[in-house]
Amino acid sequence: MTSSRRHPDATGADAAAPGGDSPRAARSSPPPRAADPADLLRPRARSERLVRIFLLACALVSIVTTLGIVGVLVRESAGFFAEVSLADFFGDGQWTPLFDDKHFGIAPLLAGTLLTTVIAVLVALPFGLLAAIYVAEFAPERVRRVLKPALEVLAGIPTVVYGYFALLYVTPALQHVVPKLAGFNALGPGIVMGVMILPVIASLSEDAIYAVPASLREASYALGAGRLRTVFRVVVPSAFSGIAASVILGVSRAIGETMIVAIAAGQQPRWTLDPRVPIETMTAYIVQISLGDTPTGTLEYRTIFAVGLCLFLVTLLLNAVAHRLRRRMLQGGWT
Amino acid sequence: MSLPISRTRDLAIRRAESAPQRAFAAIGLVALVLPLLLLLFLFGSSLVDAWPRLDWSFLTSFPSRKPESAGILPALVGTTCLMGLTAVIAIPVGLGAALYLEEYARPSRLTALIELNIGTLAGVPSILYGLLGLEVFARVLGMGRSLLAGACTLALLLLPMVIMASREALRTVPPSLREASYALGADKWRTLRGVVLPMCLPGVLTGVILSLARAIGETAPLITIGALTYVAFLPDSVHSEFTALPIQIFNWVSRPQAGFHVNAAAGIIVLVALMLLLNGVAIWLRARLQRRIYW
Repeated sequence: MTSSRRHPDATGADAAAPGGDSPRAARSSPPPRAADPADLLRPRARSERLVRIFLLACALVSIVTTLGIVGVLVRESAGFFAEVSLADFFGDGQWTPLFDDKHFGIAPLLAGTLLTTVIAVLVALPFGLLAAIYVAEFAPERVRRVLKPALEVLAGIPTVVYGYFALLYVTPALQHVVPKLAGFNALGPGIVMGVMILPVIASLSEDAIYAVPASLREASYALGAGRLRTVFRVVVPSAFSGIAASVILGVSRAIGETMIVAIAAGQQPRWTLDPRVPIETMTAYIVQISLGDTPTGTLEYRTIFAVGLCLFLVTLLLNAVAHRLRRRMLQGGWT
Repeated sequence: MSLPISRTRDLAIRRAESAPQRAFAAIGLVALVLPLLLLLFLFGSSLVDAWPRLDWSFLTSFPSRKPESAGILPALVGTTCLMGLTAVIAIPVGLGAALYLEEYARPSRLTALIELNIGTLAGVPSILYGLLGLEVFARVLGMGRSLLAGACTLALLLLPMVIMASREALRTVPPSLREASYALGADKWRTLRGVVLPMCLPGVLTGVILSLARAIGETAPLITIGALTYVAFLPDSVHSEFTALPIQIFNWVSRPQAGFHVNAAAGIIVLVALMLLLNGVAIWLRARLQRRIYW
């Protein structure tokens, strides 16, 4: 799963690379930088320089992409906020840009997003954490090798498929149990979304738990603690920042998730926390407008960029927090 | 790599397992298996629902207002073209960026910024890439709702994944081989082209195929750039309008008639089969890669 760092060019800069690094890699300290033989005859040939410039340009595409996303969102949002004040945007309790009586209060979309995300986390957190503890501490190596990739498969299922499940199987099944559950609601898609983010939480938490050094467990055993007590009193608290990071990343994924809620949650922005009625999330609103033929340059068209900017800022904030927590875990001094 | 832990684990396993401990392990196993079983059950149900529609004519017909005679031909062709075009765009850029970061970049502010940025991009919701594609590719660059606009958008979406996978692959090439190449008088680019790239190519391809398996189900960015939901023609160039399998499924799911829901189930079976096929190819490639010994 992880690479051993044999390549001398792989320096400490990698420790800063988020996402790709697992704590297991970080435990072996990076090798000292060897003299790169290429330095001895630093290429002066024009072709070498051209290659270098081309490769740098490829690397810069990612920066340009970020700038592009930010630029597009900010530019179109600026047009939007020239006509709608920030006070209305955050203060108005109604979101009806397509009606004659237009209101541009994002609160209902935020409420919808919050509702589905909370339901998803309520499903994913207990299952994901239990699964992570089981795989890291109790599962025999064989089980671990089979079940972990199986869990990854869950993460790869297209979300339009999850949306289909939520609308046509999960919601009808829930209607037998939950009274007055509408055909479109927040509960069904929320639960399915929980299954979708479960692998994120389980896999990253498992990494964090597995990375807790054996010496801590041994010390706990030496003090006479049993295995369960060791897990819950020593291992899980030690892995806390990694586990928290996994949950935050899961939340961020749920907030940005689009198709499940676009299919199964309805398209009625509503200022409510009732999980049984149709609602609309930020992402589902963007899809709704994209499907219609709203002419470009109009205020309605610009609303999706204002909503997109909100979505971007929220997920960026969550990812940054998770990144910091993971960094703390990776550099946590487990040496 | 984790020898101390496994040794402790073995020791602990040899100790008498207490009842609460066994109970907890059982709960953990259930927590792990239950979601998998749920999904298996859901897929089983859709397979049963879809079975009557899964035949050759479903794959080779155009969509129709009558659910019984509707098919996924344009969606299937659209998805295939889209994936091919996406790979063609994402591989050179992603591999180039990985080569730069692994082989050329010195630790600097710019390098740190690029690394941080790739991590940030990996966390951006896919629908925001759709907004970028809508504004930049479809409008400003004038590509409209074309295959090319869709492929460019998806390529940007995949870029972080492709870069990370390529970097992992580059790191597996032992430095001794590079040094041997330098010792023979090859310069840097020649060493990369002649030694490093051929050796890491299977690893890079595995990563690219895995990310394509992710991209094949991407729906939101394509809807945002305005991919059509009803297409009765096949794309004839990169500039033609298109639909894709997940969009066709979305379209059918959104309709009230039960007949279209059956079609959606059948479309889902085809989509998931394609995704599993891509994953299978990647696993096969990886196994081959592990078997081969280079030095």
